[in-house]
Formats: sequence, structure tokens, C-alpha cells
Amino acid sequence: MMNSSKQNELIVSKIKDGTVIDHIPAGRALSVLRILGIKGDEGYRIALVMNVESKKIGRKDIVKIEGREIDEKEASLITLIAPSATINIIRNYEVIEKRKMEVPKLIKGLIKCPNPQCITNNDIEALSKFVTISVKPLKLKCAYCETYITEEDVIRQIL
Amino acid sequence: MSEKEFKYTSLIINNKGFVALKHLISSFDLNRDEYISIFEYADKFSMVKSKLNYLQGKVISLAFFEPSTRTAQSFHTAGLKLGADVIGFTSEESTSIAKGENLADTIRMLNNYSDCIIMRHKYDGAALFASEISNVPIINAGDGKHEHPTQAIIDLYTVYKIFNEVDGITFGLLGDLKYARTVNSLLRALTRFRPKKVFLISPSQLKARREILDNLNYPVIETENPYDVIQEIDVLYVTRIQKERFVDEVEYEKVKESYIVDMKLVNMMKKDSIILHPLPRVNEIDRRVDKTPHAKYFFQASLAVPVRMALLYKFLYGG
Repeated sequence: MMNSSKQNELIVSKIKDGTVIDHIPAGRALSVLRILGIKGDEGYRIALVMNVESKKIGRKDIVKIEGREIDEKEASLITLIAPSATINIIRNYEVIEKRKMEVPKLIKGLIKCPNPQCITNNDIEALSKFVTISVKPLKLKCAYCETYITEEDVIRQIL
Repeated sequence: MSEKEFKYTSLIINNKGFVALKHLISSFDLNRDEYISIFEYADKFSMVKSKLNYLQGKVISLAFFEPSTRTAQSFHTAGLKLGADVIGFTSEESTSIAKGENLADTIRMLNNYSDCIIMRHKYDGAALFASEISNVPIINAGDGKHEHPTQAIIDLYTVYKIFNEVDGITFGLLGDLKYARTVNSLLRALTRFRPKKVFLISPSQLKARREILDNLNYPVIETENPYDVIQEIDVLYVTRIQKERFVDEVEYEKVKESYIVDMKLVNMMKKDSIILHPLPRVNEIDRRVDKTPHAKYFFQASLAVPVRMALLYKFLYGG
């Protein structure tokens, strides 16, 4: 039987320039693309690998994006739904940088407050803002109405 | 008392000589010294019968996007008694909001006219949002089911007047603890003191929100039956249980009697204990209770003006 890394190699070849996001919890690769605002019609060459074996986390997803380097802010947002993910920036087939992954202390605009009476759901200028209360398990608090949300709520919204 | 003696006796002043308080959005925005200082100013202001002129030339805006009688009126009176001019509105209908103007634009407009905005709004978090736009102080006079910090100051000032302290007192908060903004603000204001313990008495559907309970620093005991704990309580704080909060009307009918303060419950109370209510009440306190020495809710309401004078003084005088 082939080992998992060989299996991966069979599916996707290396990229020249861009980003490889590895160790995404199985089934969440599409959410990662969603966070990056990638719909598919932007023209990037993208490889999406889902539910492959991982020594570290059992099963995992991988996303490879040719021609796009993701920034610190995007990387930190990915941690919200994929805390185990590793992000490698690739130039000329080499990993030139491993992005530091930390859940941001403040998340603006990305997530909707589930409280329909929250000002952020009722004023065109009031953008949502969440404060990170805890990372493991993920718990965020709306900065305005103080409603708590968990990792499941975040995933449900992003998917 | 001369104006000079009155100035700066216990204000928190920053190095530019301006009052340090910027906005009052949550009960957490004030520290213990600031609460005590407001109580002391409220004491002084209750003794002054004539109109003062500390806030002469200042304009206070009342921005009540949600109807209010006592809060709006007491702030208005407090402003006038300190010599300020008071402008604004006490319902959305008479404003451009009815034409579709958003909160941010209304706040920007009021900024041009006034030195302080006292705001009530139906949405949770509206006061904080307004404070991010406003360059004059925002005082939260109630935002949705979130907070109502100036009511909490009145509540604790009442306790302070009657017991001479807030520390060491056992509180019992009764009724709708989930949707009552006064409860949230009171629980948070109590973190600045050292209450002996706080009983939270409510039907299971209306228990206090986790978001609020997580940040308290004193013993909290949740219970559904007021009769189990009434004999321990010094301050019984009553809020109304609203029928519309129950999905099942049968459930409401089952619990409502247990949360009405009647003579049966009052007769079990400690001798010197008191009953408070942020008002307006509907039927959660039996009218017969009004005549007992425990009933302090009208006294509590009478303290609204001096407390709000103290607040406006701290926010606007010296600035």
C-alpha cells in the first residue's frame, strides 16, 4: 500500500508560485476558499484535495493556489475554521515562508452576528466585529451585543 | 455651597484638566471610585433646590429612538437643573429616521449641535456603535436588551442611601433575567462592589445570559423558587415577566404566580430588607405591598434626577 504523501503526489503536482494550505480539517477546504473570496471564476489554477490520510490529523484537506500569495490577515481568518492548517508560500517551487497562524483577537466584517436585534444586522454602516474569547474551543463574542458564537456557528455561516 | 467649592472635589481629571469619562455604554465603564463619586455628587445635588449653572452654554441632546417617559424626563430635568439647554426627540416618528436615515447619520448630525448625546435605541449594541462615530460623549440610556447603566447607578445609589453601603449586601434579582437590560447593567455594576451574594430567581426559560454571568466576580446562585431564598435577601430587585417571551402560553400561566411579589412573599422577608423595581411595573408587585416599609421603588425613582445630574456634571463640567 502506498503511503499518504505518495497518494497526494499522485493527485496534485507541485505549484510554481502561490500558496499551499495543508492540514485543513477534512471537509473544510471549500470553506477555506470561501474565506479567501475565491469563487472559481477568478482564473487561478487551484487544486483541491479532500479527505486524504494525514499522519497528524487522521484525515485532511489540502488547497493549492497557483499565482496567489495569501496575506497575514487571510491566514489568521483561516485559523477560525481550520486551526490545524499550515500555510506555505511558494516561489519557484520552493517554500519561502511559513505563515504564522494565530486566531486574530478581533474579526471585522467576516462573520454575521446571529442576534437579529444586534445593531450590526440593522444599520448599513455597522459592520460586524467579534472579539476572540477563547481559541480552543473557539469562542467569539460580538463586540456590540456580546452574543457568543462557537466554531460550529462560524463554519455554518461560511459554508 | 459655592461653585468653586463644588468643583473637582472628587472628579477624575486627566492631565489636560478635562473630565476623563468619555462615554457611558456599559456598567463596566465605571470603576468603584467613579460610582462612589457619582453617589456623593447625587447626595449634594439632592440638597440643592435652586437651578445651578455649571452647564450653562452646554447643549444636551436626547436621542430616544425608543419611547421612554421617566428616563427621558429625568435626564431632561437634570440637564435643565444644571443650566444646560436640552434638545432632541423622544420617539422615532418625529425624526428623519422615519424617512429612513440610519443611526450613524443621525449621530453625526447631533454631534454638530450638542456637547453630549443621551441615547436610547431598540437594537442591542447601538450605543457602542454610536460612540464609535460620535466625538461628544454618548450616554447609553438603554440599548435593546443589552444594557441600561444609568438605571443601575440609580439602583445602587438607592441601596447606598438606605444601607449606607453596597458591600456585604445580599441581592435577589427576580423575574425576567434574560431580556431585562437593567438586570445586565445591575449585575455588572455590582462587580465594582463586594456584594455578599446574588440570587438570580427566574423561570428556566428566562435565566440570565451566559455572556453576562461569565464576567461576574461575586457568588451567584441561580434558583427558580423565590420562597427558597427570600429569607436571606436584603435587596429584592423585581423585573416583569412578559407573556410574549414564552413560546407556550400554558408555561406562562404555570409560572407567573410564582414571580408576583405579594403579601405572602413579603411577609417572609427580613425585617430591614427592601424591594426595588426599575419601573414601570404592571402587575408583578401587588399594590398592597406599596404600603409596607419594604417598598422602596418610588423612593428609587425619586433619585433618578440627582443621579443623572451627577452623571451629566461628571461628563460635561470641566470639559
